[in-house]
Parts: sequence; C-alpha cells; structure tokens
Amino acid sequence: MSGLHPSRPFPEAAREAVGNPQLRANLRKVTNTIREKRLRAVEELPHWEELRQLGAATKDASLANLSDRLLELEASVVARGGRVHWARDAAEARELVAQIAQAHQVTELIKVKSITSDEIELNAALDAHGIHAIETDLAELIVQLSHDTPSHILVPAIHRNRAEIQALFNRELGDPQHLSDEPAVLAGAARRYLRQKFLTTKMAVSGANFAVAETGTVCVVESEGNGRMCVTLPEVLVSIMGIEKVLQTWEDISVFMEVLPRSSTAERMNPYTSFWSGVTPGDGPQEFHLILLDNGRTDVLADEVGRQTLRCIRCSACLNVCPVYERAGGHAYGSVYPGPIGAILTPQLLNMTDKNANTLPGASSLCGACYDACPVRINIPQVLIYLRGEANDQKGVTLESLAMQGMRYAMSEGWRFEGAVKLARLGQGPLVRNGQITALPGLLGGWTQSRDLSAFPPQSFREWWRTRNAEPGAGSEGGQP
Amino acid sequence: MKIDLFITCLNDALFPQTGQATVALLERLGHEVRFNAAQTCCGQMHLNTGYRTDALSLVRKFVDDFRDAEVIVLPSGSCAAMLRELAPDAAHWEGDEALRDEVRALSGRIFELSEFLVKKLGVTDVGAAYPHRVTYHPTCHAMRSLHVGDAPLQLLRNVRGLTLLELPHADECCGFGGTFSVKNPDVSTAMLADKARHILETGAEACTAGDNSCLMHIGGGLHRLRSGARTVHLAEILASTEAKVWA
Repeated sequence: MSGLHPSRPFPEAAREAVGNPQLRANLRKVTNTIREKRLRAVEELPHWEELRQLGAATKDASLANLSDRLLELEASVVARGGRVHWARDAAEARELVAQIAQAHQVTELIKVKSITSDEIELNAALDAHGIHAIETDLAELIVQLSHDTPSHILVPAIHRNRAEIQALFNRELGDPQHLSDEPAVLAGAARRYLRQKFLTTKMAVSGANFAVAETGTVCVVESEGNGRMCVTLPEVLVSIMGIEKVLQTWEDISVFMEVLPRSSTAERMNPYTSFWSGVTPGDGPQEFHLILLDNGRTDVLADEVGRQTLRCIRCSACLNVCPVYERAGGHAYGSVYPGPIGAILTPQLLNMTDKNANTLPGASSLCGACYDACPVRINIPQVLIYLRGEANDQKGVTLESLAMQGMRYAMSEGWRFEGAVKLARLGQGPLVRNGQITALPGLLGGWTQSRDLSAFPPQSFREWWRTRNAEPGAGSEGGQP
Repeated sequence: MKIDLFITCLNDALFPQTGQATVALLERLGHEVRFNAAQTCCGQMHLNTGYRTDALSLVRKFVDDFRDAEVIVLPSGSCAAMLRELAPDAAHWEGDEALRDEVRALSGRIFELSEFLVKKLGVTDVGAAYPHRVTYHPTCHAMRSLHVGDAPLQLLRNVRGLTLLELPHADECCGFGGTFSVKNPDVSTAMLADKARHILETGAEACTAGDNSCLMHIGGGLHRLRSGARTVHLAEILASTEAKVWA
C-alpha cells in the first residue's frame, strides 16, 4: 500500500486478511471495546442529534464558499507572519516540504500524526532527498519502526498486539535493558527515544484537524502531547492540510470539540488541543508554512452527491462500527483512508479512474451503522451506492451488467417474470439435492462458498394467488406449495 | 382496510409461503387484501449494485402498478427502505424529478409488515400461536432506515407458546448485503459465521426476521453447518395459529 492507490481489488485483499485469525482477533477486540465506549460517551449528551446536525451544517456552510474561505485563511495566516502554499496534487505538496527542509539544511524532521502527509506519501519522498521523517505518535512510531503501514485512522497499529510491540521495541530502540510487555514500560522506552528527538530536531511537519479562516489559526487534536512538542519546540513548522479542513469562524470549532473526541476515542475531551496562528517572536517556531492541498478535493466538491464526503473530520467512528472493517482490517482497503469513509473518499480523490479503488464502494453490506455513527451525518451508504454506479460507468459493458440488464428485462412485466421463474425452476434440476442447492456456477459461485440455497419451490406466490382466486372457497387458508 | 400487497420478487419466486402467510394474517385481522399480478421488483438489487437506469425502470414500474393503492404492505424491510429512502434519491441523481415526486408521493403509504401492524394499525397481539424457541435478528434496513424499533419484538412477545431468546450482538449485520455476498464472499462469510454462532448460542430452534433476503443468507449458512437451527420469516410466525402452523 502506498498513498491513495490500492495495489489490488478489495475482495482479493480482504480474502487474505479474513484468513488471518490473529488479525481478526486483534481487530475484534479493539473495535468492540471502542464501539461500546463511544456509545456510552454519546449517550451522555441528550442533544447528540442536534450536535450532529450542527456539525454537518457548519462544514457544509464552509464548503459552500470554499474558495472564499481559503483566500480569507491565506490572508489571515500571512497577516500573522506565516506563509501559505497551494498544492494542486501530492507531488507539488511533497516538493514544497522538501524545498523548505533543504533551505534549512535539515536531514531529520519530526512529524505529528498527519494522515494527509501519508496521503501524499511524504516520508518516502523525503527519504529520496536524504531527509528522514520521524513519526512521534506512539502508534505511528510502531508502524514506522516495523516498516508497516497504518491500518486505522486513529489507532494506526490496531492490528498489532502487545507481544509484537515488545519484540519490535527490543529490536529497534536498542534499549540496554530487555523491555517487558507492560504497556508502561513500552511507552517509557518510546518516550525516552522521542524526547531526545523533540529536543534536537529543527523542523516539524504537522497535519491539521481544522483551520479557522477569520483568525488564521491551525488546530491539532491529539492524545499524547507529541503534537504539542512538535508545534512548539522546532524552529520551523510546516502544516499540511486538505482544503476541506477550513472553517469560517473561531466559534465554528466548538461543535467539533464536542463531537470529535467522543466519536473517536470516546473521551469527553481529548487530552491535548493545540492552536497556533502564524508566528510569535521569541515563542515557538519562528517560521511557519501552511500547505493547502487539493489533490482531487475540488472534483469531489463539484459532485452534488459525493461532496458530503468532505465533511469528514477523520474521527474514525465509522471504522469502529463497520462489520466489514472489523473482519478485513484497514490494509485491505489499500489506501491511507480505510473503512467506510475510505471506501467513499479514496475512489473520489482518484476521480473514479482507479480500477482497484473503484472496488472500494463495493466493500460494504450497506448495513448503515457508519451513517448512524457519523458525527457530521455523512450518508455513507447513499454515497456508496451512488459511487457503485459511477464505477460501473467506468467499466462499460461487463458480464455483470448484461446479467443485470437481462434480469431487468425479465422483471419489466409480471408475466415475463413468471416465465423467467418457471425457466429457472426447470434449469435448477441438476443442481438440487434434497431441496437445496450447494454449488452454483459462474458469477453466483461466491454464494455457495459458505451457504446452501433453498431451491425454487414448485409454485410461486403469483401462481398460488391465481389458483386460490380461481377456486371459490379456497380462502386465506389456501394450500401451501 | 384495503391493503395492496407488494410481495417482492424474492418472496414471490423463492419464498411464496411468506406471501401466503402475509395474506392469511391480514385477512384474519379483517382486511381486504389485493395482489396486483403486474408487480415484479423494487429495483433494489439493481440500484445497490450500481445499475441506476435498470433500477429506475423498475421503480417506475412499481409506481405505475401501485399508483392508486390506499396502503402498500410488504414483508421486507429492505425493499420498503429502497422504495421510501433510496428510490427518490436515485431518481434525482438521474435528473428524473417527476419520478422522484411520484415515488415520494407513494412513500407515506408504503409499510413493512411489522411497522404496519404496530404503528399503523396499533395491533401488537395478532392472535398467533407458535410453540417454539425463537430468536429475532433485526435486519439493518428495518432497524436503521425504517426505524421499526421494537415493533417485531412487541408482536413476538404476544405469540402464544413462543419462547423469545435474546440474540447477542443482534444489531450487527448478517453479512448478506445483496450482491455483496457474491462479490465479497470472504468478508460476507466471516460476518455470517459470527451471526450463526450467536444464533446457535441462544439455543433457539429458529431465527426469525422481517426480511427473507437476510434469512436466505443466515438460513443458508445454518444449513451448511448442519446446525439443526432454521430460519423462518416473521409473517409465518404471526400467521400461525393452534389450528395451522405456517413454518
């Protein structure tokens, strides 16, 4: 996996993940725990539904005038001594960060968890320039040290258990003592390693949860304090944000401070919220760059149905309630954005032109748990269905589209449907054993992988209805087929 | 009340006894039941698989077939959700605002069976008898799109002889999802395995739900496991009496 582009179709990647019992056990344990905690945190607020509606409306209002908001943000940041860069795509954004690092002759920089930087594959690009980016979020560090990729937006190492981390830290952090598998001991080892990096590194790269247009303020919400270290200690700070993260007013942030922590970590309030506006002489980084990344977002915004995707505040509530994510894990989605939100965001950011990404809208049973959980009311099932149509349009005529057309034709008249059912009843003959079908051919073969199918009964409802009404007195107790 | 049945294509072809039970139940409650034989399918399978044009031609057919209905009752939560929630959206996506308005005009008259009984008729005891241990699986569309709430449970609690067993993790999807089960068979199977395990944990003889599509999936899995537990549509339990057991 790298950036947005999945290397293979979802069903293929998911098959491998589903076959890994340790992964499934790790995922089930964590998602179930977070799921129950989130429900409790949400139930504490009697006005939760109103907050969701306000969250959605606030993002929509900002998105409705996005170009104005962004220009306002640029002016505010510049007025406070920061610099603003516009990046059309991932390559431009990567180049901007590399140029800033090279201008300061930096060979090492620290990062606070930024999924946007993963989207643009920043670390690998910096490596190519001889610049090493060090992840400072504990879970991101675990992922980085194990040369792995994140599998969850908020809990990137969700697929790793304690024993795996113990072995990794003993190998990678070169601690003189042998580390036990106690969480406190493991966290302590990471802290000693990171503390030294915070105090010696000149440049940091951050993401942004929100930015406020009227004040030029950027915001990062986090749990460990590493973000606060990154945005205050280095001399140079570069923040990369997708253009959809901008809000109009300072007050707009308040609703998200309520819904984001409860939705993501099931906390009433997250431990660290950092705000910064430009530069302050003698305090914090003396050079601040804000990179505004488009990378397909303008196209998403232009789509009437798809644009609600841009409301996303990356809380990951949808991942934790999704039965498909729980079984397949984040890597199966093949993109930095996994789970239900990834299934709609990834293919859209790629403008519905990536064949593998276009299988992602199919990675859902459409159960709707994600929509119920979403704090900004993104109707994910609706967008999934819509995007399945867009993906089909890209494919043109297929065996599936012909089968669907054939079925539509058969269903275009009652008598025609009755005839088709009769034909199927005749045709199923060789497949039926004791009233059940245990192996289906062709496109339908996936069904009988794990399920039997009741055979077509000798009489359909409509045939029964006709005989019932033809025979006076047959009544409602009419014969069963 | 004059009730028009929408029996759904799956019930018609594969599970006719569900339709028959629905007829028996509604007639027992004193209603006039009608079945327009021109009807076929709501288009859900086509729409959910991404074939909008095909789906909308079926939605248009539904509108034509049921334009004059007083109420339309169907023994399927997912088809009801399709017609009430999704069809208007899909018509709008394709720029067919006339169809959107027509299907919207019908949506207030479309009811899933259990919500029709409890919310529209105000009946929670339909005089049924079914002497079996049963667990109930709330299907996703009925629960999250139609918000039928505990209407099916209220009905089941009033069935003579029925022992209602609580299903662990009841609100988790069974993994059917229409063509999802065929296009992503591995994930679907993993979800089904958990659902089947939870059902068997209850010790129930049968798992019931308001949707034969989910039950076809769950029942197919239980049968493959040779578990002995089976599935039965809610309508068949509610139609059963001491004199006649439907399932």
